[in-house]
Parts: sequence; C-alpha cells; structure tokens
Amino acid sequence: MNASKRTAKSGTRGVTLRTAGLSLRLDVRGAVVGLLLIAVALVMSVVLIGTGDFPIAPADVVRTLLGNGTVAQDFIVNELRLPRVLVGLLVGAALGMGGAIFQSISRNPLGSPDVIGLGQGAAAGALTAIVLVKGDSNAVATGAVLGGVLTGLAVYALAWRQGVHGYRLVLVGIGTSATFTAVNGYLLTQARHEDAARAVMWLTGSLNGRDWDQVWPLLAVCAVLMPVVLGQAPNLRMLEMGDDSAYALGVRVERTRMVLMGAAVLLVASATAAAGPVAFVALVAPQLARRLTRSPGPNLLPAAWMGAALLVTADWAAQRAFGADQLPVGVLTGMLGGAYLLWLLVTERRAGRI
Amino acid sequence: MTLVSPAKAGTETASAPPRWRTARRVTGLAVSLGVLLAIAAASIAIGAKPIPLDQVWHGLFHYSGSDTDVVIRDVRLPRTILGLLVGVGLGLAGAVIQALTRNPLADPGLLGLNAGASAAVVSAISFLGVTSLTGYVWFAFLGTAVVSVLVYALGGSRSATPVRLALAGTAVYAALYGYVNAVELLDTAALDKMRFWTVGSLASANMTVLRQVAPFLLVGAVLAVLLGRSLNAVALGDDTARALGSNLNRTRALSMIAVTLLCGAATAACGPIAFVGLIVPHLVRALTGPDMRWILPYAAVLSPVLLLGADVVGRLVTRPAELQVGVVTTFIGGPLFIYLVRRRRMAQL
Repeated sequence: MNASKRTAKSGTRGVTLRTAGLSLRLDVRGAVVGLLLIAVALVMSVVLIGTGDFPIAPADVVRTLLGNGTVAQDFIVNELRLPRVLVGLLVGAALGMGGAIFQSISRNPLGSPDVIGLGQGAAAGALTAIVLVKGDSNAVATGAVLGGVLTGLAVYALAWRQGVHGYRLVLVGIGTSATFTAVNGYLLTQARHEDAARAVMWLTGSLNGRDWDQVWPLLAVCAVLMPVVLGQAPNLRMLEMGDDSAYALGVRVERTRMVLMGAAVLLVASATAAAGPVAFVALVAPQLARRLTRSPGPNLLPAAWMGAALLVTADWAAQRAFGADQLPVGVLTGMLGGAYLLWLLVTERRAGRI
Repeated sequence: MTLVSPAKAGTETASAPPRWRTARRVTGLAVSLGVLLAIAAASIAIGAKPIPLDQVWHGLFHYSGSDTDVVIRDVRLPRTILGLLVGVGLGLAGAVIQALTRNPLADPGLLGLNAGASAAVVSAISFLGVTSLTGYVWFAFLGTAVVSVLVYALGGSRSATPVRLALAGTAVYAALYGYVNAVELLDTAALDKMRFWTVGSLASANMTVLRQVAPFLLVGAVLAVLLGRSLNAVALGDDTARALGSNLNRTRALSMIAVTLLCGAATAACGPIAFVGLIVPHLVRALTGPDMRWILPYAAVLSPVLLLGADVVGRLVTRPAELQVGVVTTFIGGPLFIYLVRRRRMAQL
C-alpha cells in the first residue's frame, strides 16, 4: 500500500524524515494526540496525588515530588500516594498496549484480552488462591499471573491449526472465557461470606493500598517488554494486511505473532496481578486512541498513553464521587469507558463515519 | 471483515435432492423430540432421591399423594417444565439474534441483555428490598427490555453492522457491570443474593415462577418461529432482501420483541444462563444448513435437551448437593464450542 495515498484517505498529515539510508514517517496527528494524552495522564496524576483525606494543592505536590516538600507532605506523597499512582499509570499503559496488540492480531475490535479470556483466566487463578488456598496478597498475585499466562498458552495452542488465524483465536478465546466465567461463578458460590467480598473486590480491580512492592516488578516487566513490542510494531502493521501480503513483504508471520502475543499476555497478566482485572481498559483504550489519532495502524503507543490516562482519571473520579477508598477503580473504568465508547459510536454515526 | 453471514454454512446439505433433504430433516426433528422426551423423563427421575421410571409415570398420571408423588409433582415437574421452557427460549433467542445481526458470535450475553437484567435485579435487591425470586422476575424482564432497545438504537438500528452492534453491546455490558459491581461492593447483603442468582439455576423453580414467565416464553416462541421466512431474507443482505419485497424494519422490530420476550423471561426465571443461546444455533446449522425455517424448530427442540441434560448432570456429579445448571452448561458448552471452532468448516463460517 502506498503511504501517501493512505494518509490522504484517512485525513492525517504525515511527515517523512530522511537521513542517509534511513527514512521514518512521522504521523503528525498521532504524535500530537500522544503528547496530549501524556499531558493529561501527568496532570491527572498530580491531581490524584493531591486527592484524599489529607488534600494537598497541586503546586505543593509538584514541589514535594521534586524533593522540596515538608516532612509530612514528603511521607504522604512519596510513601503513600505516589506508588499507587505509578501502579495506576503502569497498569493502564500495559493494559492499553496489550489490548492494542490483541485487537490488531485478531483483526477484531472485540479481540481484547478480556474477551479472549485472559482476564477470566487470571481471575480463576486469583480466586483459587483466595477461596481454596486462602492465601495472602502475594499468593493472589502469583495465582493471577499463573492463571493468565496458562490461559494465554492454552488459547494459543487450541487456536493453532497450521498457524493461528485471528478469527479462530477470538472464537477459541470466547469459549475459554466462558468456561472460566463458569469456574469463577462456581468458586464464588463456594466461598465464605468474607472471602466472597474480598474476591469481588479483587475481581473489580482496585488500586487501594498499592505500594512500592507492586511498582518495581511491574516497572521491570514494562521496561523490558514495551521496547520489544515497539520494535515489532512495523511488522504488526504489515500483519494487518493479511498473512500472505505480510509474508511477501518479508515478515516472519508466525514468529512475529508469537513474540507479540507472548509480550501482550505477560503485560496483561502482570497488570492484572498488580491491580486485579481492571475491566475494559484493554478493550476501550485502543478503540479510543484509534478514533482520536484517526490512524489505521495498531496505534500501540497512543493506546498505552490512553490506558494510563483513563485509569488515573477513573481512579480520581472514583475517589471524588464516592470518598477515598470506598469504591475500587474498576467500577469506574467500566462505567466511564463504556459510556465514552457509546458516545463515540453515536457521534460517529451522526457524522456518517461508520 | 471477518464476520460473514451464516448463509454459507451447510453447502453440503444443499447438494442432496430436495425431497430427501426434507425427509431427513423431519426424521432428525422426530429423533430430537424423542431424545428430549427421554431427557425430560430422566430429569424427573434423577436427583437426590432417585425415582424409578414406572413410579414417575404413576406420579404424573395417577397422583396418589404418596411421598414420591409429592416430590414429582411439586419439585421435579415444575423444574423440568421450567427447564424445557427456558431452554426453548434461550435457543430460539440465540438463533434469532444471530440471524438478525448476521453475526455467528451474537448471543444475549454479548449484546448486554444479561447485564441489563443483572443491573435491574441488583437495584431491586439493594434499593427496593426485593428478596424473593418471584419479585426479581419483573425487574429482570424490564432490564432486558430496556437494554435490548438501547443496544439496538445505539448499534444504528437501520445500519446495524455486526461489529457496531457488538461494540454497542459490549459498551453497555461494561457500563452496567461497573454499576452492578459498585452496588455489590457497597451492599454486601445484596452481593450474597446476587452471587447465587448470577450463576443461573433451575433449583428454585416452582409453579408461581412458572406461571409468571410461561406466557411470555410461549408468545415469544411462536413469534420467533413465525419469523423464520423473513429472517431468511435478512441473511441475503439488506439490498437483496428489499429487492425481494421483504419489510426489513418490520422484521427487525418483531425480532427484537421476540428476543426480549424470550430472553427476558428466561433470565427472569433462572438467572443469566450463558452459552445455550450461542452454541445451540451453531450445532443446529451444522445439521440443517442455513434455512431459518428449519433452524428455529431444531433449536427449540435441542436447546432444552442441552439445558435439561446439564441440569441432570449437575444433580449427579456432586450428589446430594447440586451444581447450578448455568455452571454446567458452560462447562460442557465451552469445550464443545472450542472443538467446533477447531473444525475447519466451523471456523470458516
């Protein structure tokens, strides 16, 4: 496909940067949207750090983050609230990028990790840890990662038939997801009352009480996997044109798909271990990013920024609307993301862009 | 676009001579009815207290008031009839939704209908203090109706493409489940009721519930079966259907009414039972080919077979306790669905 033709059609302006032997096309609108989303995420982070039983003005938050705050502010900001916000940003970014990869590979806007059953698989692992083993939070996190990764492997293996076709992946994922939903529903009915409340809290996805112990592993996973994913992004873009065309253009189809899916599964599973299966970010963030950038590609980075901005905003809204730590963030991501997607669908229809 | 019309399945049956095909379909339907009768009898006979088949017969037709007869008449019979009706409702609703959206993945769950029912029921429990199953029925029904209209309108009623409809359904689903979770977390008493309602069970069936939902299910079922011919036209695509003189808007409106009646009543009676509506039409299409006039009756007969069968299995595996039928249908249905997807013909549907 001709690059200039595509940009003309989708209404975006691309700038081609050329040096000796290397050329890079820069999507201006995509870059601007990405920068704006980062700005939103950072501003909301500062506001979120200032929100709580002990409110701090944004200027003081920034000063404290730079190391010039009072002792009390320093403790509250750096020890209590900063790790929570960082977990929120990282979880949002990991879910957004993981979702974008899955939707691109399955070539289906519904092919997000939630629909493919990773969320349910991770939840089954965590519920087993809560209900059957009665483990602590480390056991729950381990259970979630194990459940998510095993489910990812199972879906990939079951969808394999001389290669993995996107549509079959979604269908197998839906079957797996439904099976695990039944497992989870059954485990919930077997739980004692207080275990059930804890399980539902976990299942909803929450940032309450997250500290540096959750930040470091997640940061490590993101720091390793995100560059790998971005390195494969051009190949992913060609994969969207179909396996045969991608082959002809020199992409090793199955290997690319395996690397990207492995990275996406790990990103989503680690995010789930840190904050629970926060509903819907992985499904809605890539869709929103794509509609904002109006770019046809996988939109990996904008999706990650969008996920981070969405999660931090939802956490702030949850705290403002219901009081500190009353309701977990997952309640709001579903409601906000769902409402926003509906609004986009309606406006798109009105504008005749279907 | 990867989601293709179901009309391409079953080219195999199309090659047989027409009269043979009809004979084979009628025979198949008769055999399925026989299986359904056998499963219904098993559903009355099997349970915490096994009852021999001759006593089942006796209890049904020569009621004498003995303990066994009371068990049959007051417990097993309502449960079996409810399973039958709900099965018919879910199967028909699934077939109609899949034909209407031309999407083989569409089912009441994906379109957010179950979420609508859940949201209405959790509100009823938490805010209005409704605690009885007979009280839930109307709320579940209302929730389903509101959501079906909403999703259809948002999906772009006249220009509803499969993906838009599915996205609208998922968005409504997510928004409503956020709400359901919020209420459950703030009100743990409601959570305690909801976690048992959500899995879907036939265990609490009684004559009152049966009388409440049966009229809706029957009307919906008749409407759905009558829609077969019009839905065949829908499968051809909007333009062709119009050119053939089919009134698409009427078909869509009537289909939505049928789905709401069937699905709303089924969910109201026994909670959201996943997957029956998704998987049975797939199985049936493999048997009958794409003709909705045959798919609908087959779905109506085979869905209760799956549902009652799952209910019986649920009573057997953890005897004397029970596994909820919703859990069993998904345990059976999930792997079966994956197996079907792995078969080449299914995946290319």
